[in-house]
This record gives sequence, structure tokens and C-alpha cells, in this order.
Amino acid sequence: MSRIQESVIIRTVVRIMVPFIELFALYVIIHGAGGPGGGFQGGVIFGAAIILYAMIYGIAEGKKRVSDALDRILASTGLTIYAGTGLLCILFGGMFLQYGAVPLIPDDPAKVSKYLIDLVEIGIGTTVAAVMISLFFDVSPPESEEGELPDYEGAD
Amino acid sequence: MTGFDLIATHLPVLTVVIPLIAGFLTPIVGWIDRRLPWYWVMLATLVILLITLSNLATVITTDTIHYKLGGWNPPFGIEYVIDLLNGFVCLIIAFIGFMVAIYSKESVKKEVPGKTTQFYTVFLLLITGLMGMTITGDIFNFYVFLEISSLTAYALIAMGDRGDGVVASFNYLIMGTVAASFILLGIGYLYAVTGTLNMADMHNLLPDIYENKVVLAALAFFMAGFSIKVGLFPLHAWLPDAYTHAPSTASALIAGLMTKVGVYAMVRFMFSVFTPAFVIDVNMTEILTWAAALAIIVGSVFAIAQSDIKRMLAYSSISQIGYILLGFGLVNVIGITGGLLHIMNHAFMKCALFLVAGAVFYKTDIRNIYQFQGLGKKMPITTTVFLIAALSMIGVPGTVGFTSKWYLALGSIEADQWIFVAVILVSSLLNIVYFWRIFDNIWFGHPHEIENIKRDEAPLTMLIPMVILAILCVFFGFFSGYPIEQIFEPLATTLLGGVP
Repeated sequence: MSRIQESVIIRTVVRIMVPFIELFALYVIIHGAGGPGGGFQGGVIFGAAIILYAMIYGIAEGKKRVSDALDRILASTGLTIYAGTGLLCILFGGMFLQYGAVPLIPDDPAKVSKYLIDLVEIGIGTTVAAVMISLFFDVSPPESEEGELPDYEGAD
Repeated sequence: MTGFDLIATHLPVLTVVIPLIAGFLTPIVGWIDRRLPWYWVMLATLVILLITLSNLATVITTDTIHYKLGGWNPPFGIEYVIDLLNGFVCLIIAFIGFMVAIYSKESVKKEVPGKTTQFYTVFLLLITGLMGMTITGDIFNFYVFLEISSLTAYALIAMGDRGDGVVASFNYLIMGTVAASFILLGIGYLYAVTGTLNMADMHNLLPDIYENKVVLAALAFFMAGFSIKVGLFPLHAWLPDAYTHAPSTASALIAGLMTKVGVYAMVRFMFSVFTPAFVIDVNMTEILTWAAALAIIVGSVFAIAQSDIKRMLAYSSISQIGYILLGFGLVNVIGITGGLLHIMNHAFMKCALFLVAGAVFYKTDIRNIYQFQGLGKKMPITTTVFLIAALSMIGVPGTVGFTSKWYLALGSIEADQWIFVAVILVSSLLNIVYFWRIFDNIWFGHPHEIENIKRDEAPLTMLIPMVILAILCVFFGFFSGYPIEQIFEPLATTLLGGVP
């Protein structure tokens, strides 16, 4: 890992861009049910925003925003949302993942399906984003104080 | 209407969903308290065991269970089908999973320190993958679960011996990926010519186009891919390293289950996707029996040459997989009954042996069998379990190994293949050779200070599953009539489907 980026231009641009990238990620996730995109793509974009931030401001700063514990919990909750949606369908008497069975909006199972698929996409997106971020943090060496080469022996 | 009735129709899908959810909740459970994941995994595997028991009971008393995921009708939607064959394999997976989960507590603490939460997460995901592969009636869904189980197995093996474990896992990854690619190609070919992914539907559509070369190529791809997955003799190179260097708990789980599910998949594709008549017609079964016979002999011979106990057991696995495939390759009812029986037996015996190896390593840090002297005095219960499982592996009457070898020999005679009877006999003698070295060291080896050896038994959490497995080895040695009459023989008859 190189030293923390000190160029003012890059730091400023990244600070402005990160929220927009995250917003775009949410857009891609929500449109997963009805258009191109989906949980996986959106999750990757969301993860990329955090990774970009961590690359410019340093791993330590990035970990302050998304800690390892938070990462792990997000990765777990995402898939629990997915499987939980499936179980919700069973609870209302349908088959596993038979979204139409949930009486969320009366007389319109198709619309219920759409919203529940969105929920599933959100779950997938959460997990993918968390896993992307943790992959990045896992392969990045621990940072040393003054930009020296880090001590690889202590890395694990 | 009780609560059970409400959930009863959904039991097939829950066998896959429960380990999946439990697996993903493990990091959270482990984050709350580092000691909790073990209880969590035990609870999850126990629930799965009860569900699979109930599933199998339903199949035996009524009929095949079909479950439509998302309410979509097959052949368009994904369908889960439980018949006798996979109901029984699911039960084996759940049972071995539960036993290994109980055993894992101390062993994991010692062999993968600081990573117990991750270990248990991957452990449950491996069970998810194996369950999914077994239960699904859709060949693409099958492939997805195959990948889940393979990836988790690579991760488990890589957690083993520092350095060696990673290399073994990498070798397995390369071979496993080649195998998975073959299987995916086969699935693609079949989809191209039939336009369906549902196994039952494909079974009906395929007979019309058997002269098509694409179908033949698909069969060849499947058999090559599964042969790598189960470690059939010439394609076994990944197996010994992977079993040797994985953590003991993972070795027991992978050796007990991975290859069995591979064999199940091979059988399912040979008999339920293609028809037995077609597979016999293109000589696939004959190739299979000869490869299996070769594996039986070569695996045993290699096992004699090993001094590391886990490596020896790994080579012995190669030989035992040969027995199972020999039974299926004979394509007669008795042979297939023997093969099915040996799936169960080998899961019990090999799992028990690997658990013993792990317990010995836990107490003494020894894996070299020439340093086992005096172990019979130090760990009497553990070594007795080893004795029973090893006798069963040899095929001594009164143990399960005898029953299945008996059926396999009868099947060979019925198929007029006397040479395989000779192969089974020779291999049993070779088994005695490689197990005798260990018996000799454990009970008859005389170290200089044998009087000073104190009794130092493995912890209770390790002893209970080992003893249960040993008892089952003997129990089914005497009372294998019920499962054979209720499950294996009807199953063999249905699998053959009218072929004499």
C-alpha cells in the first residue's frame, strides 16, 4: 500500500464522489427487479465506493468507517434477509420464495412479488458490498506510521 | 391443525435453508460470545438430523416427496425431490454432520486457534452444499450446490497444517475446478439438446435422442467430472494431500461425506437422468467396474506404504470408493444393494477412523503410526473404537463391512465376474496388512517405559461420537436386515427400472 494520498485535488474529488457512487449503487439495487442491475452489481458498486475512500484516505481511516465487526455483521444480515424472505413466504402458507403468498397488498400478488424481490436484492447487495470491502481489507497489509514497508511477518 | 402439520410440507426445503441461515448467523453468534458457535452448530445439525429422519420416514411410509420452490411448476421451476435414494443419503449427511459437530469442540480449538467462528461458518455451509446437491431435482441447481460444497471444502482444508494445508487445498481447487467444468459442460450439452433442466423431465426426453453424439459426450463429461470428484483411481491425486493436511474435524467430515455425495451424484446421473439400459449399452458400467477394481487394489497397496495415519486412511478411502462404485458398475440388484450399503458403512467406519486419528493427535501430537507404541494403555477407549472400525473395514463377520463385502461378492458372482470376487478377497487381505501394523504398535509394541504410561483419555465430547459410530458399526453388522429390506433392495430395484 502506498502512502496516504496527499494531493488536495484527489482527496476533495473523492470526498465529493463517494456519496454519489453510493447513491448510484442504491439505484442499481432497487432497480434489480424491473430493469438491468440487481443486488450483486449494486453491492459491488457500493463496496467500490468504500474501497476508493480507503485507498485515498488510508486503510485505518477506511476501517474507522466500516469496521471488521460491522463488515461481518452486514455480510450475515444480508443473507439472513434473503433466506428470511423465503421463510416469510412459508409462514403465510406459500412455498419457499413464493412471494405472491404474502398478503402485503390485498388482491395484487404481482406487486407483492416485486417488492419482496426488491427486499431480496437489498439483502444480496448488503452481503456483496460487505464481502467486497472485507476482501479489500484482508489483502491490504497493515499500515506503518511513516510510509515504511510494513512488517509482513506480523501481518497475520 | 398442529404446528407440525403447518411446517411438515416444507421440510424438504428446510433441510437446505436451515444450515444456510444458521451458517450465516454463525459470525453474529460468535461475535456475541466466542464459545457459542459450537452449541449453535450442534443445535443446527441436530435440527437437520430430525428433519431428514422425518423426511425419510415419510418417503418409506408414503411416497416420493416433491417440493416446488417459489410455487413454480416443474419443469420450469426448480423442484426438490426426495426419494429413497437421496432421503437415505441426506440422513447420512445429517448424522455424520451431527457427530462431527459434537466432536469438533476441543479439536477445533487446538488445530484452528482463533478461527473457530470462521471454521463453523464454513462447516455449516459445507453441509448446506452437500444437502442441496443431494436433494435437488434440477441439474443446474445441482451444479450451484456442487460449487458451494467444493468452495467450502477448499476453505476447510486450507485451515489445516500451516503451509501444507494451503498447497493441498490449492491442488484440490485446480482438480475440483476441472471436474466442475466438465460437469457444467455436460449440463450445458444436455440442456442444448433437451431444452430442460429438470432431471425427471430429462429422463423422459432423452431416450428419443440417444443416438445423438452430444448426449454421449455429455455422459462422458459427467463420468469424467464425477470420477475426479470422488477420487476414482487414476484421478485421485488430489485426495491424499487434502485429507492429510486438513484439520482433523474437517478430514472426518470431508472423508465421510464429500466422496459419498459424489458417488450419489454419479448414480443419480447414470440411473435417473440417463437410463441404465443406455449406460450399459455404451459400456460405461464396464469401464466403471474395471476402474473400480483397479482402485480397490491400488488404493490398498498405497495405503501399506504410508506411515502417516491420516494419509494411510486417505489411500484406504480411494480403495473403499472403489468398492462402492464396483457395486453400482455391476448393475444387478445384489451388487447395487451392496454398493448402497457400503455408502452407509464407509461413512460410519471412515468417519470413526479419522475421528480417532484426530483424538490421538489432540492428546499426543503424533500422526506417525510407528510412534503409536503403548497407545492402547494410554487411550483404551479411543483405540478400541479404532479396532472396531478397522475390523469393519477389513470385513470381519459381525461388523458392517462384512455385510456389504458379502453383497458385493454375491453381486460379482451373479454378474459372472469371478475376477472381482478375487479382487475383493485380495484387497481384504491387504487391508489386514496395513491395519495390522497399527494394531501391532498400539497393543504389542513395547517401549522401554511402558509401565510409566498413564491413562490419558480424550475428552468426553470426542469420545461420545466415536463410541456411537463404533456401536453402529457393530449394530448394523448384526441387524442390517431392516435397512436392506426397507430401503436398499427396493431402491436397487427401482434404480435398475426393469433391467434384469
